[in-house]
Amino acid sequence: MKQISLALLSGMLFGAGLTYSGMANPAKVRGFLDIFGAWNPALMFVMGGAMLPMLIAWRVQARLKAPLAAPRFSLPQDLRRIDGKLLAGAALFGIGWGVAGLCPGPGLTDLALAPRHAALFVLAMLGGMALFKAVTSRIVPEATKAFGSEEG
Amino acid sequence: MPEAWLHALVGGLMIGGAAALMLLSLGRVAGVSGLSARAAGLAETGAPPGLALSFIIGLPLGAWLMARLIGGVALHFPPSAAALVVAGLLVGFGTRLGSGCTSGHGVCGMSRFSTRSVLATLVFMASGVATVALMNLAGLP
Repeated sequence: MKQISLALLSGMLFGAGLTYSGMANPAKVRGFLDIFGAWNPALMFVMGGAMLPMLIAWRVQARLKAPLAAPRFSLPQDLRRIDGKLLAGAALFGIGWGVAGLCPGPGLTDLALAPRHAALFVLAMLGGMALFKAVTSRIVPEATKAFGSEEG
Repeated sequence: MPEAWLHALVGGLMIGGAAALMLLSLGRVAGVSGLSARAAGLAETGAPPGLALSFIIGLPLGAWLMARLIGGVALHFPPSAAALVVAGLLVGFGTRLGSGCTSGHGVCGMSRFSTRSVLATLVFMASGVATVALMNLAGLP
């Protein structure tokens, strides 16, 4: 119950931050990506702002034997493996991000702010995830297991 | 400093704070694509589904509270439903294939100096920039 509450709290703070920062607005995100046109650099500060607490958090994490409310850390281990899946996946994701100005966090966040548009995006996103699951489990059964390194 | 930049910075600090809370209390990376796949039963590995689901439910809940607090937010979406569907499919498939999105690779992975995440972030940024530039060239909204 404690873990569920902490996850909910983390999600709420995350969603509130996305909303306050402007990142939940697809037009603003597309403006940020439009560096060859009417570039709006404001959202660079979102990444900068998010980095600060996390840079500190990783340093603290390195000194902890276990997290404060769970028995052990469950973190991506393989931080150096570069392969075609990583690159192709990132490239496809980037295209989708550019088309609508939405990545997964803002898409889900916008369910509260613009339900119809966001629901369409989120349903399609879950469809894309289901397609990935179907493709990997049928064609290469080992592939899904190989995704132990899950930054997600 | 323009007000939009200050909002971006403060909002970014909240996002990073949320990810830090997840990391230090639950020992997990706050990667939204991975968590949503787990919550929807579409991933074999990852956080316990209940935990993933409560994080995911938190996103719109926090947004709703923040919108009430600041008196509403203006959002502008692409005009066509087709754009949202195509984008959603690509984002869903791509983030699973590439094991992460803006939060997992961008916020959590880059701050950990993960080579994989830095490279993934550079690739999706470049591909997002190229997509917007090409759509503008083609006159697409």
